[in-house]
Amino acid sequence: MPQITRRSLAAATAVLLGATALTACGSSDGEAGADSGPVKLTYWAWAPGMDKVAALWNAEHPDIQITVQKQASGDDLVTKIITAAKAHKGPDLVQAEYQALPTLVSNDALADISDEVQGAEKHFAPGVWQQTTFGGDAVYALPQDSGPLMFFYRKDLFEQYGLTVPTTWDQFAETARALKKKAPKKALTTFSANDAGLFAGLSQQAGAKWWTFEGDTWKVGVDDAATKKVTDFWGGLVAEGAVDNQPMYTPAWNNALNTGEQLAWVSAVWAPGVLTTAAPDTKGKWAMAPLPQWSAGENATGSWGGSSTAVTTDSKHKAAAAQFATWLNTDPEALAALVKESGIYPAATAAQTSGALAKAPGYFAGQPDFYTEAAEIAKTTAPAAWGPNVNVAYTAFKDEFGKAAKAKTAAAFGEALAAVQDTTVNDLTKQGFEVAK
Amino acid sequence: MTGLASPTLRKAAPAAGSTPGVPQGPPRPRRTALLPTAALVLGALYCLLPVAWVVVAATKADDELFSTFTFLPGSGFADNLGDLTAYRDGIYWKWMGNSVLYAGLGALLSTAVSAFAGYGLAVYRFRGRELFFNVMLTGVLMPPVILAIPQYLLMAEADLTDSHVSVLLPLILSPYGVYLGRIYAEAAIPMELVEAGRVDGAGEWRIFSRIAVPLLAPGLVTIFLFQFVAIWNNFLLPFIMLGDDEKFPMTVGLFTLLKQGASQPALYTLVITGALLAVVPLIALFLVIQRFWSLDLLSGAVKS
Repeated sequence: MPQITRRSLAAATAVLLGATALTACGSSDGEAGADSGPVKLTYWAWAPGMDKVAALWNAEHPDIQITVQKQASGDDLVTKIITAAKAHKGPDLVQAEYQALPTLVSNDALADISDEVQGAEKHFAPGVWQQTTFGGDAVYALPQDSGPLMFFYRKDLFEQYGLTVPTTWDQFAETARALKKKAPKKALTTFSANDAGLFAGLSQQAGAKWWTFEGDTWKVGVDDAATKKVTDFWGGLVAEGAVDNQPMYTPAWNNALNTGEQLAWVSAVWAPGVLTTAAPDTKGKWAMAPLPQWSAGENATGSWGGSSTAVTTDSKHKAAAAQFATWLNTDPEALAALVKESGIYPAATAAQTSGALAKAPGYFAGQPDFYTEAAEIAKTTAPAAWGPNVNVAYTAFKDEFGKAAKAKTAAAFGEALAAVQDTTVNDLTKQGFEVAK
Repeated sequence: MTGLASPTLRKAAPAAGSTPGVPQGPPRPRRTALLPTAALVLGALYCLLPVAWVVVAATKADDELFSTFTFLPGSGFADNLGDLTAYRDGIYWKWMGNSVLYAGLGALLSTAVSAFAGYGLAVYRFRGRELFFNVMLTGVLMPPVILAIPQYLLMAEADLTDSHVSVLLPLILSPYGVYLGRIYAEAAIPMELVEAGRVDGAGEWRIFSRIAVPLLAPGLVTIFLFQFVAIWNNFLLPFIMLGDDEKFPMTVGLFTLLKQGASQPALYTLVITGALLAVVPLIALFLVIQRFWSLDLLSGAVKS
């Protein structure tokens, strides 16, 4: 049927025409009114209640209006921000975890706002501030919240088994062994191969520097002496069975905390919030102490989690965005709202003991000076050294240490650490960075 | 396609076995095939247990979720429902509405495109037909996931990102839908019928809309359901395309409840309740539409 050909072609092109027609009518809902009226800024954040905090700002600043677009946190968001930056469609402001900042900066997603945020430095502890500047003159973000590591334990069970709160890691190991002797079914805590962030914080306390930058080459020190020390310590405890080897944040782990099968948790200042859902029956039975030290008399901690507010390179109103970021993270009213609405632990030192944080959390009712002590501990946070492929190192950690935790031998842990180092170095080289061997 | 024809086949099978001449004695005692039955029961459990878990877990309050026995129903379903509705001024129902919009409109448009293209490929002969079809087939093999980022960059060129259109547009052309459309049209539309229409003076559009579409209906229903489910469950495309959480579909919205940062516990009870409610429209859709499936390839107007 040759006469059909013309019509059939028309039918086939209808597919394409339909698509173009939609394109045409869709383009009208773009960014109308971007340069008329007040400055409109979009802010990608995941902290709960951030829209309510932004509403406070919007009420006072009719000329700069913030729209919070709530996102899911994690590495996926980093990918999303980088993709948006490549297409120049990014929002004006983003919430970013400290360890994601080098990745975002090396992908040219974040703007240097050092001129716009002059004078903000004094509000933060040096160890925290350094994470947003990488020790240089540029400022890529303002610290929002931090997660200094601490030691959380069941006060009642420690008394029942006659255990003392460890102040050094040696004592920590002794405590774990003593408990195993008295109650073989219980464990002091667990080594979780799922939580690279905690391991990074523990290494940070020991003085590890996983990524360092000199001239124009990166040096990866995931297997440096300090990290080896931490690996050997936990690997040894798992191998001899003194601590459990199951991951955290699972129903089984929740149950172990709730029933007192595990007596302690090395965690960050935000632990009370997690315990509320993980161990609902243990309210009021917990206490907090500083993280054990590597040698007696030392005073250092690491951090787990924590995030910052950054301005993107795509933003057409960087000054206005930086002004909002400064208000959000240094203004007492904003910080009080962040603590109340978002449940964060503020990075700004002045806010760590005021407002809602003047009172201890419900789970630590027996410790009225919880946040005063926490603020003292926060001051001792050791500096962290993040690089452009933290996500790769974290994934490798989960894989390799997961295997080691199952194998339950000290040697397996050593091999796992070497494997993480190799994977991280190889990936960095593959990405085109200069890496010192 | 096999899924469509199987009910008829199953009905037809015993009739085919009763060949004339073979004496039909009393029914032999039925032997249960133990092994296949056991395998099927295991398979059914494997599929149904997670569903049962979601149903039971949705009834548990926050403090019951991880501390009570897994399959013991809890006491918090009404509270969970209330909390979910109250969460950020009912944004969950906005996500549900968005999902209905993306899946409903997307599946409808995609079905239309598949019908046009499938009919065209099946009925008309033109140069490049097989080439076009084969290129289409490679599209079937391409997982949509790897296209999400290129599609995002394309949308960004057209200044369409972060809009409803950006999620709908890439879903309209479904290679699998076109493939099904062609296969189905070839089987269901006899050329005699098309030619009879032409002899009677009907235009091509009239032949398509009045003769072909009714014949294609069961196939189109399949394509619609298939696309609806695919879009309903789609995650990566809307995740990359949309920044504004008011435009999120349910999948991306629930993900934000799960990932609230290291310092915040995930809102498990809300996510589980939300996930349970998210299945309800799918089940309803299947119940309403499945009766169209009982029509099969045999409905038509010519003797073969």
